[in-house]
Amino acid sequence: MIKEKINPANSVGVVKTQSFTFESLKLESGEKFGPVTLAYETYGVLNKEKSNAVLIVHALSGDAHAAGVHEGSNDLGWWDSFIGPGKAFDTEKYFVICSNILGGCKGSTGPSSINPKTNKPYALDFPLISINDIVNAQRHLITHLGIEKLLSVVGGSMGGQQVLSWLANHADIIHSAIPIATTIKHSPQQIAFNEVGRQAIMADAHWKSGNYYDGPFPLKGLAVARMIGHITYMSDSSMAEKFGRQKKGGAEPFKFTADFEVEGYLRYRGDNFVKRFDANSYLYITKAMDNFDASGGRPFSEVLRGIKAKVMVISFKSDWLYPAYQSKEIVKACKLAGIATTYCEIDSNYGHDAFLLEVEEETHLIKHFLKKIFYAYEVTGAYGE
Amino acid sequence: MPTESKGIQLDHQVILDLVDQQSSVLDLGCGTGDLLYLLIKEKKVSGQGIEIDDQAIYKCVAKGLNVFHGDIDSGLAEFSDKSFDYVVLNQSMQQILHVDKVLTDALRVGKKVIVGFPNFAYYKSRLQMFFQGRSPVTASLPYQWYETPNLHFLSISDFKDYCRVKKINIERSVCIGERRKIPFLPNLFGQTGIFLISK
Repeated sequence: MIKEKINPANSVGVVKTQSFTFESLKLESGEKFGPVTLAYETYGVLNKEKSNAVLIVHALSGDAHAAGVHEGSNDLGWWDSFIGPGKAFDTEKYFVICSNILGGCKGSTGPSSINPKTNKPYALDFPLISINDIVNAQRHLITHLGIEKLLSVVGGSMGGQQVLSWLANHADIIHSAIPIATTIKHSPQQIAFNEVGRQAIMADAHWKSGNYYDGPFPLKGLAVARMIGHITYMSDSSMAEKFGRQKKGGAEPFKFTADFEVEGYLRYRGDNFVKRFDANSYLYITKAMDNFDASGGRPFSEVLRGIKAKVMVISFKSDWLYPAYQSKEIVKACKLAGIATTYCEIDSNYGHDAFLLEVEEETHLIKHFLKKIFYAYEVTGAYGE
Repeated sequence: MPTESKGIQLDHQVILDLVDQQSSVLDLGCGTGDLLYLLIKEKKVSGQGIEIDDQAIYKCVAKGLNVFHGDIDSGLAEFSDKSFDYVVLNQSMQQILHVDKVLTDALRVGKKVIVGFPNFAYYKSRLQMFFQGRSPVTASLPYQWYETPNLHFLSISDFKDYCRVKKINIERSVCIGERRKIPFLPNLFGQTGIFLISK
């Protein structure tokens, strides 16, 4: 049943999460791990030539549900404003795939999944995974879907890290890449924020070295981790605009209740997050982000040299978690490697969250860029534009 | 020699004629990308633009161009030597803070450099200065003093002097007025100077 929120003209409508399981994955650590299940969704139709497939890769707390709604639910996918008929990823034209990552907790194999050897959740027996492992698992899925070459791989934040991993390691099977608000490697500041999040989880008495699956869960710690995250996703001015110093009604003075709107918002976000996310997944995934270095220790330009894929890098002016200078580092490497590249720093107030919110500007950039890749032209005009 | 195509700006036409087929071009300050677009369509060049204005970037992307969002002053250093056959600075040189540094870098990054700039010694400018005692406002220098993006005011002769002092070869120079090339007394009658230079 399609709810009111859905505009049938540009929505992918009701969708279903599917899953794909494969025997084993060779991890970067050398370990063989399996079986691996990936949850994924697809929108649009794969064309006969199988040349219109776009892979969307999600950020830290994302999942396979990128667009539309699930049966009986009102919750739109996390990038619904970008995916659908006539949108940035036009599902009339492109076949869009989004998979939940390895290590996640939304249908893919992760620390909360049952270890077939023990019939209990893996917890900390889950192997340490990397962004490259996450991408290698996705590659299995792409092969399974019968796609030899992706039109594009697109993602923001940690999704952008995955895009860079695709570019560094699988450039031969992608025509283009769109890394958004991301970095070749985390700065000490980014690692520091993640570490505080992890410490909050591990300081929760319910965490019990990860063995909490028979309950209770380390909800307080995970909520605090998420609250810290949300602060870093916004900007000073977007917070001022959204909350000001507005106080909530009914707060009791001197009881350390949520007096200010912003406090209430963070608590609400934190409390909501724990309903849908696993604390151990948070630990594993943030570690994978911190450890990631797309350059593998070499200059990134050398890694990229000879690559045929075209690249569009997008950053946002007020993003201080993944500042524009980090995107410029990617652009610089592309320049030195002689890759055809487009870079735009979108003028936005939203901070890091901008990649989810600046629909108009991003849509314009993505739409035109994808069209160019899909029709393989240099400039418009050849196709009656 | 050039065929006058309809609708193409004269300075763009001149630059189009200076550029070889299927060469590579870096356009510094490419604006909305009209010149780069023309070069790709007509000369099959592989083109890359750099532009500071985000609205202009959106227009470039809509044309299918590859373009970097950034300023020219810092955008060149990251390219390796001789990365492009041509580096173009059309109507952007006079707006750059450190012209000498950028031109030196442009001559490093490009095998050849094409610059196009408004001639400050155009006779109408001279007349305005002489008879009215006012800073000139002309078709190629259309701004009032308080709103001009131009940081440098140079003449065609100034640029020739610069090239001589810096030992830069002037391979071609074309001066244009409003509608045609100016073969005679270019520093007096030319509104815009376009130079093909190399080191």
